[in-house]
Amino acid sequence: MSDALSQRSPTAPLRGKHGEEMEKVFEKPDLLLRTEHSLCPGCGEPVTLRIILELIQELDLRDQTICVCGIGCYTAFPMIIDLDVLQALHGRAPSVATGAKRVQPDRFVFTLQGDGDMVSEGLQEIIHSAARGENFTAVLLNNGVFGETGGHMTATTVLGQHTKTTPGGRDLAKHGNPIKISELIAQLDGVAYVARAAVHNPTGIKLTTQYLRDAFQTQLAGKGFSFVEVLTMCPTDWFVGPDQGPAWLDANLKTTYPLGVLKDSRQ
Amino acid sequence: MAQRVLMEGSAAMAESAIQSGCRFYAGYPITPSTEILEYMAARMPGVGGVCMNAESEIEAIGMVWGAAGCGVRAMIASTGQGISLMQESFAELANAQIPIVAVNMCRGQGDYFQSTRGGGHGDYRFIVLAPASAQEAVDLAALAFHLADKWRNPVMIMGDFLLSHTSEMVEFGRFSAAPLPPKTWATTGARGRRGITLSPLGPSEKLSTDVATALANVTAKHPKIKVEEVRVDAGFLDDAALVVVAFGFPGRFVKYAVRLARAKGLRVGYLRPISLWPFPSEAVAAVAARGSALAVYELNAGQMIEDVQLAALGRVPVHFIGGISHDHSGFGVGPALTVETIASRIEAVYPRAAA
Repeated sequence: MSDALSQRSPTAPLRGKHGEEMEKVFEKPDLLLRTEHSLCPGCGEPVTLRIILELIQELDLRDQTICVCGIGCYTAFPMIIDLDVLQALHGRAPSVATGAKRVQPDRFVFTLQGDGDMVSEGLQEIIHSAARGENFTAVLLNNGVFGETGGHMTATTVLGQHTKTTPGGRDLAKHGNPIKISELIAQLDGVAYVARAAVHNPTGIKLTTQYLRDAFQTQLAGKGFSFVEVLTMCPTDWFVGPDQGPAWLDANLKTTYPLGVLKDSRQ
Repeated sequence: MAQRVLMEGSAAMAESAIQSGCRFYAGYPITPSTEILEYMAARMPGVGGVCMNAESEIEAIGMVWGAAGCGVRAMIASTGQGISLMQESFAELANAQIPIVAVNMCRGQGDYFQSTRGGGHGDYRFIVLAPASAQEAVDLAALAFHLADKWRNPVMIMGDFLLSHTSEMVEFGRFSAAPLPPKTWATTGARGRRGITLSPLGPSEKLSTDVATALANVTAKHPKIKVEEVRVDAGFLDDAALVVVAFGFPGRFVKYAVRLARAKGLRVGYLRPISLWPFPSEAVAAVAARGSALAVYELNAGQMIEDVQLAALGRVPVHFIGGISHDHSGFGVGPALTVETIASRIEAVYPRAAA
């Protein structure tokens, strides 16, 4: 940090190299209590968190929000976000959110789960909550791997994907097929909104923002269960460099999990 | 005096829960706890509450977690098999300091270890109450919600098939206590304050990494609970050569059998733990200190007897006069649960105690 910047009064305008006044165009969302996080370089989860926080700010939902958080790398988020968070056990967030929303129907409730949490451990819970048409928003951060434990196969690991428990790549004959959870949920009655996006490039981030906004508004309108699957980068457990995550996502995850809106009952 | 009504133990307990402010219930049908779920399904909508017929016991306890975490009094019931499925959540509800009331309508009394020790991980404890009648179930259900909120700790009520299915006259509203502080720890949306995290993994304050203190706080209350929340029913102790320890509905059979023994001139007393945790160790120790022998009647292979032995510290003999007893239903109501059987078993060990 330059001396000029560190000595700047908080109210003084930002100044560039030649002393010219600069407009501040990018800062952390107010709901983020600090900029540091403990996730790996190139991870897609903090990108998704940022979008969610910006939307909660945009829709003025902070005071009525309850986030129900699962267990994964993203479990590092609750302590750095200025929202009420109910920490759930691995796989159980949809049930916990059901209880929270049923006793406080005027609150805005969303869940945050990874693919290991939701599709491996908690598949039954997400399916039943969706079928009941629970009026909360479920967010899936899908990177196709158990990130927190260090790179193991989940129910969404794609065919051919190398993990520490699929050495040589996920093999159909040995490990079976990955589960396309969005497609599974979209066919259930009682589900109001399902979409899949990715945060690997600016277009994807715009799309993710749009889908999450639509999902949140589905809940606010009392339409029933809303679901957004976000494909996120995990270069560490894809065993590629931090800058290679987006390309790997494009070539591997997106080919199994196509992006788009699968269901929108508001239309 | 308030009006007395005839009700099954299950329904009476459910009604007491509602009158104690319980507004969320989730359950999965299983004998002999199903009647609580049925009662809640019929009654909850009328008081603006929610009853969920959950798709599994694991989902049911998750739902209860969510409701209780938002500060609403919430209850769940099952029998031992279903309670087994909830153990991960039980352990972590205690660590998150989320107050819930869990009812186990056991088959027999084989779930004493499960209730008082638990099958979950870590250093957690449930307060466990064991009613012996529908009226006591009514009173203890009200107490259970109070204790859960007072200590921010789950409370279990351990009943059984007979308690669940026996109709008795009951009176509601006998429990009263000073009001408790508001639930500022609950996740209700962060209006007018910093957000909080209600978690079994660490502190609720944002940016804090002090996991050690958060987990130490969970267990720091255990010694206080052991002092303040012991409840016991006892009689004929002063001159007793033999004291029979029994809990729950079978404890009533024992009380009757002890009266029969007294009528025959045998110096027999009874001690019925109402709180199974904290266990009334001091009351048992006092019996042992007076030199009275101890006998334990319970409908299992011998579980509570270990707590009795621990309290007696080897000072007096501890005889086991219970056992596993089932009829064809497998619900734990077998031939051993008759006053005659219990009385004959008391008489069989009495000569050794009185010698």
